[in-house]
Amino acid sequence: MTVLVEANALKKTFGPITAVKGISLEVKKGEVLGFLGPNGAGKSTTMKMLSGFLEPDSGSARICGHVVQDEPKLAKASLGYLPEGAPAYGEMTPRSFLTFIGEIRGFDSDEIKRRISAASSKAGLDHVLEQRIETLSKGYKRRVGIAQAILHDPPVLILDEPTDGLDPNQKFHVRKLIADMAADKAIIISTHILEEVEAVCSRAIVIAKGEVVADGTAEDLMKRLDYHGAVVIKVANDKSEAVKAALSGLKGITKVEVLGKDNGMTRLRAMPKNGATIATDVAAALAAKSLAVDELFVERGKLDDVFRQITVAAKDSTHA
Amino acid sequence: MRDMLANAWIIAKREFAAYFATPLAAVFLTLFVALTGAMAFYIGGFFERGQAELGSFFAYHPWLYLFLVPAVAMRLWAEERKSGTIELLMTLPISPVEAVLGKFLAAWAFVGLALVLTFPIWITVNYLGDPDNGVIFTSYLGSFLMAGAFLAIGSFISALTKNQVIAFILSATVCFFFVLSGLEMVQNTMRAWMPEFVVTAIGSMSFLSHYEQITQGVVSLHSIVFFLSLITFALFANVIAIDQKKAA
Repeated sequence: MTVLVEANALKKTFGPITAVKGISLEVKKGEVLGFLGPNGAGKSTTMKMLSGFLEPDSGSARICGHVVQDEPKLAKASLGYLPEGAPAYGEMTPRSFLTFIGEIRGFDSDEIKRRISAASSKAGLDHVLEQRIETLSKGYKRRVGIAQAILHDPPVLILDEPTDGLDPNQKFHVRKLIADMAADKAIIISTHILEEVEAVCSRAIVIAKGEVVADGTAEDLMKRLDYHGAVVIKVANDKSEAVKAALSGLKGITKVEVLGKDNGMTRLRAMPKNGATIATDVAAALAAKSLAVDELFVERGKLDDVFRQITVAAKDSTHA
Repeated sequence: MRDMLANAWIIAKREFAAYFATPLAAVFLTLFVALTGAMAFYIGGFFERGQAELGSFFAYHPWLYLFLVPAVAMRLWAEERKSGTIELLMTLPISPVEAVLGKFLAAWAFVGLALVLTFPIWITVNYLGDPDNGVIFTSYLGSFLMAGAFLAIGSFISALTKNQVIAFILSATVCFFFVLSGLEMVQNTMRAWMPEFVVTAIGSMSFLSHYEQITQGVVSLHSIVFFLSLITFALFANVIAIDQKKAA
């Protein structure tokens, strides 16, 4: 697969603050990269450098093979960019605004009309095309920004918080739009909504303090949790000791811990050794002892926990 | 080059329309026409002079521009930076030169429109007498060039701040200095503590003396070149300011 976006050791300082300490990444055609990180981690700064708005202090960015600093027009022509907060000219209507963007992108007036109707129906803007942008709700303003970014059907899309401020239906709609376009584009979205990563991203990069601290699929990231792949079992209180004893003997299990008790039931969690797959063994061991359980499931983990684990660790290491 | 002009034209069109999206255009155009007229008649003594010429009309343009033109220029970049649209604009496939040029041309055309709207006074003077229309034409040209110089300075200063009020006050102050620097009174004050060649150099930058030359019907290439090169220089500084400060 062709690499469409490439960042090579991007670095940016603002006065005494180092916002980005050297970020490298690659996004291939067909990939949707989720860009995660706490506020102030350098997500937006990195995206601004990729889009050519900010000049990096060192390092370089390429869009479709064009070095952004050396061939800015070619790079920007292949890029659709939604800046943070989806800024747009408030006194214009979405139609006049998109017409302006279309003219800058070099389309003639028939082509612009065609593209506006395509982009506005994709972004769900049809009903508000003739209203001044400043009178639109936050959700619609965001959609104007998205329509602007996809107007020229670019091979690369960089969207800074595309679903921020949208209601759940609108979020669903935008995610679907991104997923529909994913096949023939390279897309980067920044977000701090972690469910979004599982919903639309084929890969995620977590940055903290201006550095990449994790890179992989949502599944890869969750493997970093110590309880990833653990088996949770719910049994009646009087059987909990027997279950504990039956499982403790299994190899592949480091320990069995009690998570909690309620309504006469106990929840136990068996932790796997080195990410081993233990569900089958657990089920077999319980069946052998004829121990009936109410519930048995494998923990995948929560991305929120991964996020906290990774970013807090990064914070501690820089303070050390 | 064609590409550059095409992009500057697209930006200029948008920017020009933006003036008319708010009451600013109506307020500005009305005030400009009313004030230029009022000053010519009441302060300049248009009728008392008993001469068919527009000297009393053009004489007050530099003073009017002093606060009206910075009001046109202040929003050019400060507003883009404040609202964040500068990030959108500068990530479109255009160069900073095209953006600066487009915005400047829109503002210049807007002030040009205001000048055109003063045509009733030209009709009046032609009705009352037999003025030298050649001088009137060059005076309009001189006034337009001077407005361009004010605007270019205002556009540059607007690029340095997010705050339109600061942009306005700074531009008015800088332009005030450019207007005054040729006056004998100011020159004498500077002479007290500056070497003569500096005083002469500053004096030669005076809008007032270049403008007065043109409005007296002396279209010296020197004055036209002065205004055009000042515009070029200010816009060049504007491009650098955008490049350096767009994110701050």
